[in-house]
Amino acid sequence: MIPKSQESSQLDAQGNLKHFLTIEGLSRELLVEILDKAEGFVGVARQAVKKVPLCRGKVIANLFFETSTRTRTTFELAAKRLSADVLNLNISTSATAKGETLLDTLRNLEAMHVDMFVVRHASSGTAHFMARHANPHVSIVNAGDGRHSHPTQAMLDMFTIRRHKGDFSSLSVAIVGDIMHSRVARSQMLALKTLGVPDVRIIAPRTLMPARIEEAFGVRVYHDLTEGIRDADVVIMLRIQRERMNSALLPSEHEYFHLYGLTEARLTAARPDVTVMHPGPINRGIEMDSQVADGERSVILEQVSNGIAVRMAVMSMCIGTQNLRAQSIGESHA
Amino acid sequence: MSPRISILNGRLIDPANGRDAVTDLHIAGGQVLALGPRPEGFTPERTLDASALVVCPGFVDLSVRCREPGDEQKATIASETRAAAASGVTTLCCPPDTQPVVDTPAVAQLIRQIGERHGLARTLPIGAITQGLKGRSITEMAALKEAGCPALGQADRPIRDTQVHRRALEYAATFDLPVFLPALDAELAEGGCAHEGVVSTRLGLPGIPEAAETVAVARSLALAEQTGARIHFRGLSTARGVAMLSEAQRRGVRASGDVSMHQLFLTDDDLECFNAHCHLIPPLRTRADREALRRAVAAGSLGAVCSDHQPHDPDAKLAPFPETAPGISALETLLPLALRLVEEGVMDLKGVIERLTRGPAEVLGLQTGRLTPHRPADVCVFDPTAEWTLSEQSLLSHGRNTPFLGTRMRGQVRWTLLGGAVVFER
Repeated sequence: MIPKSQESSQLDAQGNLKHFLTIEGLSRELLVEILDKAEGFVGVARQAVKKVPLCRGKVIANLFFETSTRTRTTFELAAKRLSADVLNLNISTSATAKGETLLDTLRNLEAMHVDMFVVRHASSGTAHFMARHANPHVSIVNAGDGRHSHPTQAMLDMFTIRRHKGDFSSLSVAIVGDIMHSRVARSQMLALKTLGVPDVRIIAPRTLMPARIEEAFGVRVYHDLTEGIRDADVVIMLRIQRERMNSALLPSEHEYFHLYGLTEARLTAARPDVTVMHPGPINRGIEMDSQVADGERSVILEQVSNGIAVRMAVMSMCIGTQNLRAQSIGESHA
Repeated sequence: MSPRISILNGRLIDPANGRDAVTDLHIAGGQVLALGPRPEGFTPERTLDASALVVCPGFVDLSVRCREPGDEQKATIASETRAAAASGVTTLCCPPDTQPVVDTPAVAQLIRQIGERHGLARTLPIGAITQGLKGRSITEMAALKEAGCPALGQADRPIRDTQVHRRALEYAATFDLPVFLPALDAELAEGGCAHEGVVSTRLGLPGIPEAAETVAVARSLALAEQTGARIHFRGLSTARGVAMLSEAQRRGVRASGDVSMHQLFLTDDDLECFNAHCHLIPPLRTRADREALRRAVAAGSLGAVCSDHQPHDPDAKLAPFPETAPGISALETLLPLALRLVEEGVMDLKGVIERLTRGPAEVLGLQTGRLTPHRPADVCVFDPTAEWTLSEQSLLSHGRNTPFLGTRMRGQVRWTLLGGAVVFER
């Protein structure tokens, strides 16, 4: 009965990507467009001059309220390859530590004419909040908000899967680990379902499984690793935070690895051509042993490289939408 | 001295006295003088034409945060009692979580006195049952009662130690003071900001399970049964919690409960897009819970409905969802939402008014919430058909934090009388 909250839509009126906040609500066509565009950017890294001019003259700010090495670095490289100017703000040691609110930080950077914010924050909903309050000509790209969403990670995983499997329509994909706290898993489940993967399985002990997840994401739940990865085409291992151990959630690293750690022996249950993925950083000996992590079926390092191309695709699409808007405003003023 | 007033031709609904008829109400000396024909020799100084309007006792609201003392940047007793008067609320209970906490007679008296000075609503402080609401040592309950607290409580703070919980109830029972208890287990709710279910799982919001309510209800019911204390669950939110309360009531446990009006309309589906105005504690639950709450209100196992008014400054809602302050500025939607319950067939008009008058008054053990001759004339006269749209401009409360902004409302207060004096008219 209440008015729908002014949905901070990630799409403009024409259906172009304006922000990139979540996979939820995006069409299969749009996800495929991102993957195709990323494919075109893979070659840039092999050029003598590793740059394209798509975001020249644009300022992109990396606003990381949580520490990150890999994600922040690949976003930075992606922005630089698009010829944008990049600001890196490590917020945990900066303004908010002095009491500045998130909105004040946003306003101050907007005053410096930043065109895009790449945001990571510990609270679910932060990217939506920023998109709702940002100036209309500014784009927000979600680099991870709480447990909610990490859409570029999911898209780089989809990109990696497509490169290895070609087609999504007959795949079995298993996601293993701390589903409860994982924004990566939530975005992956949405992306896999949207791209038409018929069999998405999630595997975890009950303490790490969110309530009513089958209903929420249309996935199948397993508590046994071998059973869960049987005949899977892709197995995605999630990172498990060490602070979950020796708590009410998990008793020990030893028992976790014994039950859910991926080993060569366990992996025989999956299809022989199974692809093993991990968003990194890996805890060797907890989520998987080194033999699997470094083995021929592991594509973990390739995921990192693909992250740059996928982030280039997303950022250039959002900036492209901004340019369209600026053009149409220019025309209406002419 | 308040004037002599006659309210003429209204549909007078007074559930406590079993009345629902078109009749006149005469007021003198601040009290109800008579109902029906004008008493011989009575000459009103003012007549209010209540044709096509409803005349009922002023509403008794079991939970209205005025934010004073301590959080005057959010609201004050002056601003919120003004909003209360405009909403037909003539008696309101202020939870003890002010700064300082209402754990001494001085703070209780201060709240009463400020309320009396503005004279817009009876402002009753709920005294803290533990010092500083910390759940460790009990307060001077007899002194708080003496200072005008009709009940004691913990606001939404927990008593983690079951022994302290037991002793607090026992001591309160010594003075036959009702105790308002939150129905939320602190550990199970820790860190949560949404009902644990499909929506929280999709949005990645830390959940508050149903068991956070049922565990707390079971514990408090067991202690009430053990100690004979009179307990009142402030703001139940789940079907199972309400079922446990009704079962205990059938066994004769002295327990009552209420529900916040917005819980009868909103569900966790309204959290989509991280709408911070729907961040509540206890959280909005499922449709099935909402239906069960509606049935319990209709059946009377939940004898009171309150606004659970929680005004905030704008900054309190300008943050990512989990970091926002919970609560709705809810006084001014109390009546229109109550009328919507009638419109949606949940219960009849008399029943709804009973939940806003006699029901909460009985929880407090007060003789208010009724139109009885020689009792204070606290009266609400409203137009049940007037249509309007809730907007920031229409709100008198300093809190503009409500998800109902922009919603069409039906039902509007025309006059509110407190102790026979008109404190609001439109």
